[in-house]
Amino acid sequence: MKNIQEILKERILILDGAMGTMLQRYKFTEEDFRGERFKDWAHPLQGNNDLLSLTQPEAIADIHRQYFEAGADIVETNTFSSTTIAMADYHMEELVYELNYESARIAKKVADEFTAKEPHKPRFVAGSIGPTNKTASMSPDVNDPGYRAISFDQLREAYKQQIEALLDGGSDILLVETVFDTLNAKAALFAIEEVKEERKIEVPIMVSGTITDASGRTLSGQTAEAFLISISHIPILSVGLNCALGASQLVPHLEVLSAKSDYAISAHPNAGLPNAFGEYDETPEQMAEQIKEYAEKQLVNIVGGCCGTTPEHIAAMLAIVKDHKPRGVNILEKAIV
Amino acid sequence: MSTENNSRQADTNRYLKLSGLEPLVVTPESNFVNVGERTNVAGSKKFLRLIKEEKYEEALDIARDQVEGGAQVLDVNMDDGLLDGVEAMVKFLNLIVAEPDIARVPIMIDSSKWEIIEAGLQVVQGKCVVNSISLKEGKEQFVQHAKMIRRYGAAVIVMAFDEVGQADNFERRCEISKRSYDILVNEVGFPAEDIIFDLNIFPVATGMDEHKLNAIDFIKATAWVKENLPYCSVSGGVSNVSFSFRGNNPVREAMHSVFLYHAIKAGMNMGIVNPNMLEIYDDIPKDLLEHVEDVILNRRDDATERLLDFAENVVGKAKENKVDLSWREEPLQNRITRALVKGIDQYITEDVEEARQSASKTIEVIEGHLMIGMNVVGDLFQSGKMFLPQVVKSARVMKRAVAYLLPFIEEEKLLNPDHQAGNSHNGKILMATVKGDVHDIGKNIVSVVLACNNYEIVDLGVMVPPEKIIQAAKDENVDVIGLSGLITPSLDEMVFLAKEMERQNFKVPLLIGGATTSKAHTAVKIDPQYQSAVVHVNDASRAVTVVGDLLQKETSLKYKESIKLDYEDFRNKFLNRGKHKEYLDIAQARENKYQVDWSKAEIIKPKELGIQIIEEFDFNKLLPFIDWSPFFRSWELHGKYPAILEDEVVGTQATELFADAQQMLKMILDKNLFKAKAIFGLFPANTVNDDDIELLHEGKPYIFRTLRQQTKKYAGKPNFALSDFIAPKDSGLQDYIGCFCVSTGFGTDELADTYQKNLDDYNSIMVKALADRFAEAFAEYLHREVRKEHWGYVPEEGLSNEELIKESYIGIRPAPGYPACPDHLEKLTIWEVLQVKEKIGVSLTDSLAMWPAASVSGYYFGSTEARYFGVGKIKEDQVEDFAKRKNMPLEDATRWLAPNIADD
Repeated sequence: MKNIQEILKERILILDGAMGTMLQRYKFTEEDFRGERFKDWAHPLQGNNDLLSLTQPEAIADIHRQYFEAGADIVETNTFSSTTIAMADYHMEELVYELNYESARIAKKVADEFTAKEPHKPRFVAGSIGPTNKTASMSPDVNDPGYRAISFDQLREAYKQQIEALLDGGSDILLVETVFDTLNAKAALFAIEEVKEERKIEVPIMVSGTITDASGRTLSGQTAEAFLISISHIPILSVGLNCALGASQLVPHLEVLSAKSDYAISAHPNAGLPNAFGEYDETPEQMAEQIKEYAEKQLVNIVGGCCGTTPEHIAAMLAIVKDHKPRGVNILEKAIV
Repeated sequence: MSTENNSRQADTNRYLKLSGLEPLVVTPESNFVNVGERTNVAGSKKFLRLIKEEKYEEALDIARDQVEGGAQVLDVNMDDGLLDGVEAMVKFLNLIVAEPDIARVPIMIDSSKWEIIEAGLQVVQGKCVVNSISLKEGKEQFVQHAKMIRRYGAAVIVMAFDEVGQADNFERRCEISKRSYDILVNEVGFPAEDIIFDLNIFPVATGMDEHKLNAIDFIKATAWVKENLPYCSVSGGVSNVSFSFRGNNPVREAMHSVFLYHAIKAGMNMGIVNPNMLEIYDDIPKDLLEHVEDVILNRRDDATERLLDFAENVVGKAKENKVDLSWREEPLQNRITRALVKGIDQYITEDVEEARQSASKTIEVIEGHLMIGMNVVGDLFQSGKMFLPQVVKSARVMKRAVAYLLPFIEEEKLLNPDHQAGNSHNGKILMATVKGDVHDIGKNIVSVVLACNNYEIVDLGVMVPPEKIIQAAKDENVDVIGLSGLITPSLDEMVFLAKEMERQNFKVPLLIGGATTSKAHTAVKIDPQYQSAVVHVNDASRAVTVVGDLLQKETSLKYKESIKLDYEDFRNKFLNRGKHKEYLDIAQARENKYQVDWSKAEIIKPKELGIQIIEEFDFNKLLPFIDWSPFFRSWELHGKYPAILEDEVVGTQATELFADAQQMLKMILDKNLFKAKAIFGLFPANTVNDDDIELLHEGKPYIFRTLRQQTKKYAGKPNFALSDFIAPKDSGLQDYIGCFCVSTGFGTDELADTYQKNLDDYNSIMVKALADRFAEAFAEYLHREVRKEHWGYVPEEGLSNEELIKESYIGIRPAPGYPACPDHLEKLTIWEVLQVKEKIGVSLTDSLAMWPAASVSGYYFGSTEARYFGVGKIKEDQVEDFAKRKNMPLEDATRWLAPNIADD
């Protein structure tokens, strides 16, 4: 079986779409979120999507299955908020290891089913590492700009726990995503390096930042190139952008990353910008049409979807990119060992 | 980590890339990258002051000015003995990050302390530069730090410095750079493009032959490094090169331009350059250019002499010449003023004699000519145009002039008994170092400066009991009382004195000064005890303003009121400050003690157990161990040695002071005027009951009580006490401890007094300041000898020099009264064990200060685990526990530990 580095040289890989959007279709109630195990939990749990890996594991497995069926090469684990920091909202810090472990195990099991069926197209699991709900280089208090709600070490420790469980559960890749504060991402990368050293392993790492506004900067103020430079100190598989903007708004920033980077480039945008009701309404066809621009300009090596995207969006993307060459094979020859 | 990262990247794209909010990519085509360095407490007195006073807004303005002025990287340094470097670095960087117009450039985190560097790396999202690491302390630490820097995602400056010393010629620069590069690239996997070498820029044209090659060797080494060590950068501080031409800016500017022109051609691509001190290369006059290039490139043997001669023409009038006596032609008042301002006492008696002959009464010379001159000195000092050593020299001239005139004044009094001549001074000030304290350098300096400003000083000396201060204040009818102290128990003495003055209904304003005093302590503890004014004054120039405001009729009342209000306000703010720390109770703190795996620890038995005494000692051996920075600090010149010698503000003064110090040093050594004595002992010891260390000497047990940190720490960070570094008794292992006392103070007072009697405060203070430096150097020296020989845990056998030097840094020597063991009481135990007083004659005062003052005492810990830390604030429960352990009344323990007891 080929490894992901080799496949990247041959074609554009497809990442899955949104988990949250798919879960909304199930219309789970508070009771569904709680399941039998947490029926007496003292705090409300509805909205804790990551918990569904424990209480509704079939639904999670089914969503992964739908994305693989639509043609995704990589699915993300249901662990975007599975750190002690983000789980504090639900008082579920103690469950962090189990959440990550189970989510990875579920995704890996489905991936293995598909790889067995289609050995020519191996499927991968990317352990999703979200930004948490705190920022290490910005103050939440406008009147006290020197204040920080979280430290590098606190983030590093929380991430390390998540990473160990994601790997134990069978993740093939680690995906540090939706980076709105580069310092948070650096703490995650630091933790990954620690785990790699302790376990004497190599693991492919994807990093994906988020440009939050039209000025082309992250929430913590960095330009795309400054972001790239700030996370390039450890060997990574790919760098890219996700969330916040739709596919077409990402183009100029992807162009910067593509021109300045030797890594593979990834993009998983939202299904357009949210409408007045906070819904994303770009159709699979509309989105695929924009992804076509990425492919024609040879900007990317990995594409997928973020908020508002569905297996239909992913299938439409695949239909477009399967006929296009990936970005800069020559560069990748050197970039990927 | 492997080297894959190096082969990963396309060779064409291997540039130094840094980032703030925006990228900085340094390609071969890039212009020279200028590093802004005014946000450096070691290099900028103003920045240091702003940080100390927590004026972060203004400190940010300095950073903003640098970026707006074109700095492409911002160097931030918080290395200062009086700052909590970690806290200051984190706070300042957090604030910078919140300012997009500053944070757009990358940060250079500059510190000699790893913990400060790491704390900085943890708060900056962009790719920083660490300034710096080197092989100075051995390869192991170098590799470890490099790995961490890589993991934090920063580039690094590597100093050309190794275990043997700093590279000062071409070969050594190449050798150290190559070795550093190979280790970083091949063993650590550090990207070569993230390495920046600082190849040490040293001055040329110093008149010493061995300095002739300093510039050309740097330039050649730069070329060699760029040729042989691919992708790296070369940096340096440019102003060093022209150091010997301080005062002659046209020549300096030309030297900087010429040096940069050649160094940049050789491949130097970043550095610290003051843009105001740079001439455009092409605009340098041809003849000057030729002379400067001869020196920089060492093109002729007589290049230095030729440039020196030529330089005279370049500045002509601007340059002060030692043999220029044209000022002697000027009118009398100008000559007297100049003698005072410049501190020249050569002609002063001749000039005042001339003044006396023209005056109707001798006193008019003092009140007229001399006061006019001293007012100029005072104005210059107040406005920061003169520095303390100069003022003390001015005082010497003044004193000599007055001494010459006094006999004439006495004679006139006899002839004219009706005429009241005296009492022309501005006020009378009592100065004293409080009971139990022996340190008087600061007090003497303030006295001299006030005397210069025409105040009469009543100096009661050191170790003055409160009743004597009060009696003298009454007898002499003084206008102000100034109290000084250096050790923490002195703080309580000051509180006591304030209470006593209040009880006796005093109204005289009280000045508080000395190293451990602070505005906070003064406002919170002293001011409430005394209804009249209490002012904290920590430098001589402020003393003049404060005393002036207190005593001048027009301002006095208003000033006293405003001071009272200010301190009340400060006290309220201090007591209500938001920063409440969380504490553990002492049992919890002990739970979280620093855990050493004693089963794996290698405990080395000292080669020589028991006590040894050193009596005859050659001071020359101490010279390499002297740390000069605190010496400059005692003269209120702030900066790191040797950089301070060329500081743009105080450099000239620092250089002059240093030359005077060298001269004094030579005299002391040649004539054998100081005596050094030391006593130390190494003993079997074990920790008992967590916080106590029990040692055995001649079968008798002695106990050192340690204090434990009680502030709540982040998970994984222990609450340290010194006892954590000694194996506990129940481990079954025999561990060891040492203690020592060194003194270089014998002979100091005699020599200082001789100068004082000769009206020479300058040299009197100098003697004491040097004795203090020698004592510290002796402690450093003895510690090394103990590590190598007497304890021998870094034995020479079988170890290369390189390993030896690396190993020699194992172990610590904390001193009672300092952060790791802030309680002075343990000195009593050291004295008891070693019989310090009986054997070498160093005694302890009531407040446990050592006498003679130039003494150092402490413990030796030999474990590889031992490290310095600050106990910080402790809670009442530990004080109670401590009192119980020491079997002393709680009130006594509370009094001794007061400065460390948390008040929130």
